[in-house]
Amino acid sequence: MATSPCDSDPMKFLEHQVKERFRAAGIPVPDGRLARTADEVALAAGALGSIAVKAQVPVGGRGKAGGIKLATSPAEAKRVAAEILGMTIKGYTVREVLCETAQEISREVYLGLTLDRDARKPVLILSAQGGMEIEEVAETRPEAISRLYPDPWRGPLGFEIRDLIFRAGLGPLQAQLAPIVGKLYSLARSLDAITIEINPLALTRDGGLVAADGKLEIDDNAAYRHKDLHSAEEMDEDPLEAEAKRRKLTYVRLDGSIGVIGNGAGLVMNTLDLVQREGGRAANFLDIGGGAKAEVVHSALELLAGDPHVKGILINIFGGITRGDEVAKGIIDARRDLDLKLPLVVRMTGTREEEGRQMLAEAGIAPEVTATAAARKIVSLVNR
Amino acid sequence: MSILISRQSRVLVQGLTGREGSFHTEAMKAYGTRVVAGVSPGKGGTTHLDIPVYDTVKEAQLSSGADVSGIFVPAPFAADAIMEAAAAGIGLIVCITEGIPLYDMVRARAFVEAAGARLIGPNCPGLVTAGEAKVGIIPNHINRPGSVGIVSRSGTLTYEVIQGLSQAGVGQSTSVGIGGDPILGLSFKEVLSLFKTDVKTRAVIMIGEIGGSDEELAAEEVLQAGFGKPVIGFISGRTAPPGKRMGHAGAIISGNKGTAASKVEALKRAGAQVCDTIEEVVAAAANAVSEAAPSTSR
Repeated sequence: MATSPCDSDPMKFLEHQVKERFRAAGIPVPDGRLARTADEVALAAGALGSIAVKAQVPVGGRGKAGGIKLATSPAEAKRVAAEILGMTIKGYTVREVLCETAQEISREVYLGLTLDRDARKPVLILSAQGGMEIEEVAETRPEAISRLYPDPWRGPLGFEIRDLIFRAGLGPLQAQLAPIVGKLYSLARSLDAITIEINPLALTRDGGLVAADGKLEIDDNAAYRHKDLHSAEEMDEDPLEAEAKRRKLTYVRLDGSIGVIGNGAGLVMNTLDLVQREGGRAANFLDIGGGAKAEVVHSALELLAGDPHVKGILINIFGGITRGDEVAKGIIDARRDLDLKLPLVVRMTGTREEEGRQMLAEAGIAPEVTATAAARKIVSLVNR
Repeated sequence: MSILISRQSRVLVQGLTGREGSFHTEAMKAYGTRVVAGVSPGKGGTTHLDIPVYDTVKEAQLSSGADVSGIFVPAPFAADAIMEAAAAGIGLIVCITEGIPLYDMVRARAFVEAAGARLIGPNCPGLVTAGEAKVGIIPNHINRPGSVGIVSRSGTLTYEVIQGLSQAGVGQSTSVGIGGDPILGLSFKEVLSLFKTDVKTRAVIMIGEIGGSDEELAAEEVLQAGFGKPVIGFISGRTAPPGKRMGHAGAIISGNKGTAASKVEALKRAGAQVCDTIEEVVAAAANAVSEAAPSTSR
């Protein structure tokens, strides 16, 4: 699925955080310990026996990247841990590993829930073909994926869950699996999870089901209801993205040299498209959202001014709920406070446009009229 | 004619007394909209901006005969406000509020559907029937009455298009910002269907963006069946990088749909003219209505 920078940024969690939630919700998970040093990993192996040593980073594909290894003794565990701790996976440095009792797995099942934006509802997804290749299964054998759209007011009923399980061809596991499906749904609701996933949900040789890995993303709009949760965002390797989050700005780092600030995701995305059309490359996506006050504009400019890749800044504002006078005040204050020397092009129109333009003109900034003209101007100033 | 709202619409505002509610209600009134009531729990019996204020939507509706509600209440309370409006029999609910928790919206949307009401938004700029009435936050001065219908997922890009058209002398019938959230009320499909049968609208501009498959669905289910009017499409986010995603669930559900290429392709296949810039959109719309105009009319 193509996600867009405008989708509110979900809070992401590490495997061990997700498993703590699973355990609390009554979903079975392997015995495990979190470790930060090779010595701690060796101790865990001493206590747990054969273990899987798993890098804790908030991205998929850890196994393929070499971030998950088995160890049968404390000495091997220590050696394996030394390899994994400190390695970088998709931009994240591994600082912690989860040491878990190794599972003898006879079968891997996929169980997940996400918000289906086309159906406007959450959907439970179950497949007998779990594991790493689940997306391929979905594409090539869609009949191997079963879905259930529970009524959002009452959640999935018992018979609906059983039906889901039988449709997935997992009838023999029904008695064990049905409670896990129900608990996963309840957990998703209580956490405002927009994605929650058990993959694989492992059938062990002794016949039990256990959540061998888990993923969780929480709706950022609902973060105010979950102040007790601490996401993995402090692990972000990009200091600017981390700083943007602290400033509550919707920011995505890109690889160009023109800093872009705008209001509204569609407008900012279109501004990136225009900059590229005019021969430039944007350094970022930054949406100050609707109704931004001067302080937000100030904060956004301060963030970009601190990025050494930014050689010029383009501000594109079309005010609806955002007011031109507030934006102008933010720009003028920031330029003064930050002693900004970078080329700065402002395009402003919409609500309180006249007031804003006049304030800018008095401060010696001549705003552009169209977004295209503004993009052309900043590209020519930066490329000069 | 036009769609959804007109100068006859009787509008109530939920969250009238707040900062945003006050500011934008004044603008709505200045545009000529009949704002007949406001709702602010605890402030019933007072007046604000010369508008009577009620504690509940039910009371406000009964006293004023309102048929449209504009919602400006903060995100934690907005889904409840939407449902309150639907329960009170309001037929068109326009929710401007940004940042409503998605599970709240999933429930509110199901509730609105069961009540048989129409919801626009949330996280949208609202709508305006040019020269008649406005509910939401689209700036007043950019609109010009005419025959181009606009439906858009992006707020600010909607303004760009409206302003571009007006400056080119091309007026609009109704401009509808449906909002950019994952869980929405009306989508492209429903709004396009309304434009299809609206006699005043002679061409439609559809502004989409990456993510979700509403553009593809509208192309396949509404445009492909024969629309009878020129449709001009635009998709923003063609150079945006893919978002970081965890887990497989999203991909299992959506596959490769949702990319800019997929949307552009679907629109073209359905006979829409897809443009690369807002300037091109404006030129194409100007061309479409001048061709569609009966030669004897002016």
